Amino acid sequence: MSVNLTHEPIEGEHFHIASELTGDVWEIVVGLEVHCELATVTKLFCGCPNMFGDEPNTNVCPVCLGLPGSLPVLNHQVVELAMRLGRALHCSVEPSVFARKNYFYPDMPKDYQVSQFDRPINVDGWLDLPDGTRVGIERAHIEEDTGKNTHAGGSGRIHGADYSLVDYNRAGVPLVEIVGRPHIRHPEQAKTYIDELRAILLATGASDAKMEEGSLRVDANVSVRRVGDPELGRRCEIKNLNSLRSLGRAIEYEARRQVDLLESGEIIKQETRHWDEGAGRTRPGRSKEEAEDYRYFQEPDLVPLVPGAEWIAAIDAALPPMPAQRRTVLAEASGLAVTDTSVVITVQRDLDALALAAIAAGGDGRRVLTHVEHNLSGDGAADLDALLLAELVQLELAGKLTATQAKTVLADMVVSGRSPEVIAAELGFEAMDDSELEGIVDGIIAASPEEWEGYCSGDDKRRGKLQGFFVGAVMKATKGQADGKAVNAILDSRRNAAS
Amino acid sequence: MSERLSRDDVAKVALLARLELTDAELDTYTDQLAAIIDHAADVAALDLADVPPTAHPLPIENVLRPDVIAPSLDRDEVLSQAPSVEDRRFRVPAILGEEP
Repeated sequence: MSVNLTHEPIEGEHFHIASELTGDVWEIVVGLEVHCELATVTKLFCGCPNMFGDEPNTNVCPVCLGLPGSLPVLNHQVVELAMRLGRALHCSVEPSVFARKNYFYPDMPKDYQVSQFDRPINVDGWLDLPDGTRVGIERAHIEEDTGKNTHAGGSGRIHGADYSLVDYNRAGVPLVEIVGRPHIRHPEQAKTYIDELRAILLATGASDAKMEEGSLRVDANVSVRRVGDPELGRRCEIKNLNSLRSLGRAIEYEARRQVDLLESGEIIKQETRHWDEGAGRTRPGRSKEEAEDYRYFQEPDLVPLVPGAEWIAAIDAALPPMPAQRRTVLAEASGLAVTDTSVVITVQRDLDALALAAIAAGGDGRRVLTHVEHNLSGDGAADLDALLLAELVQLELAGKLTATQAKTVLADMVVSGRSPEVIAAELGFEAMDDSELEGIVDGIIAASPEEWEGYCSGDDKRRGKLQGFFVGAVMKATKGQADGKAVNAILDSRRNAAS
Repeated sequence: MSERLSRDDVAKVALLARLELTDAELDTYTDQLAAIIDHAADVAALDLADVPPTAHPLPIENVLRPDVIAPSLDRDEVLSQAPSVEDRRFRVPAILGEEP
C-alpha cells in the first residue's frame, strides 16, 4: 500500500512530510558519519606513501600487508591533523587507545582494522551551520582505511561477481571518522553540513576532502518520527553516497519509505541500505551486525596516545579562523545577520578579507556584500583592490551610479584594475538628471492609463506587479541608466498626487 | 561474571573467527575458556576502586614516528607470494554479502 505524501515544508528549516491519508506530520532526523582521509605524506602505521591513484600494490610493505612479525608505529602527523580537526570542531582531546575491529573481508589483509573504539581522541564537539543550527559532534576518531576491491566477472557488482581483485595501496591510509549527532532535519541541511565540514577540513589542512576521489565519504543515519514526538525512530544507515546530490536524494527517499511503512502499520528494520543513484532508491544490504560481532579489543602492538596540554595549546594557537567565526566577524562589520546569504557566500568564496577591507575603507556593508554575492563569482575577484570596491559603493550610494551601471563598472575593474570613476566616465555613465527622469516616467504613465489606474487603486499585490511594469518600461527607455530607487520615488509621488 | 560461558557462546565465537570445531573440541574449549574467564572473575571480585584501569602493560605512551616515506616492497615480490594474481592485483574468491 502506498500513502500519498506531500512535502511542503511546514515550518522553518524543518523538512516535514504530511500524510494525506492520516493527516500525521512527520519529520526527518539525520545523523551523518563522515570518513575522511588525512593529508599526510605516509600511511597511519608505516612509511608507505599515502598517495591516491598510484600503480596498484606499489605502496605496500609488511605492516600494511599484515605480514607476520610486522609492527605498527603511529604517524606523528596523523595525530597532529586529527587534533587540529578535533579542536576546530570544538572537541575535547582525550587520552585515546587503539583497538582491533575483527572481520573477514579481503579489503584488509590483517583480518582486522585498527580503529579507536571506546576511547577516541576527539569527543563532544559541535559545528555551526550557516543557517544557525548547531550540530553536535559525538566523536572524531582515528582509524585506518581499507584496500580497494574491484569486483570482476558477472555483473561487476558485489552480488554476482565471479571474483574480486584487491589493491592494497589504500590499506592503512589514515582516516578520521567524524560522527555527528542526529541534529539534522532536512536533506538540504545535510548537504550544508558536509559543505561546512569540508571547509573546516580544508582550513585545518587535515584533508583535501574530495568526495569524487573518495577522500571524503558520507554515510547517513536516517529515521523519521511524528512531529512533537520526543523519541527517535528506528534508523537505517545509508551507504554508497558518492555526491552531495546523492546524499540529499537518498535522505528524502529513505524518509518517505519509512513514513510509508510506518503509516501502513509496519515497523522499520534497523539495517544498512545502499543508495542506487540510477534507480533513485535505497536497497537493503545485510542486516546490521551487533557491535560485539566485531570483537573489538585493544591493539596490543600500540601504546596509548596521550597528547600533552602543550601540544594541544600549540594546535589551538595555530588554528586559522573557521568559517563560522569568519561569518560572525563579517556579519558584525557589515551589519547583516550571520545567516544572511551574502555573508555565507562571501566566506564560501574566501572573499571576506576583501569585503572587510572595503567596509573598513568606508564602503556600505550591504552593498559591498551584494556585489560579492552577485557580481564577484569569477576569477580575479580576490585580487580586486578593496579601496576601489569601497569607492564604487560610495559612487552608488551617492546616486552617481545605478546598481546596473555599478555591476558593469565592477566587471571592468576586476579585469583592468582601474578606478570606478575612470571606467564610469569612459562608459558615459552619468547620473541622469532628475527632471529628465521625471519626464520619462510621466511619459510612460501617460502612455499606459490602464496600468496606471491599477497601480493607483489596486491592492498591494497588484501594485507590486505594476510597479515592476513601470520600472521595467523606464529602464528600457533609458537603456538601464535610470536608478531604480529614483524611479520608484517618482512613481510614489505621482500616485500620492493623484489620490 | 554471573553466568558461566556456554557451549553456544563458544560456537558463536568460533564461527566469527572462521574456526571449524568438532563437538569434542567445542566441549574442550568451552571448559578451557570458562576457566580463563573464571580467573578474570576472581580479579573482578577484588576491591579495585583505587586502581586506575591499565590500557597497556608497558608504562609508555605516545610512541610516534615522523611522517617520512620509507621504501615500500617490490610489487613483483609481493604478488609472487599470492596464490592468485590478475592485473597487478590480488585475486580473491567472490565475496559473499556486502562490505563491512
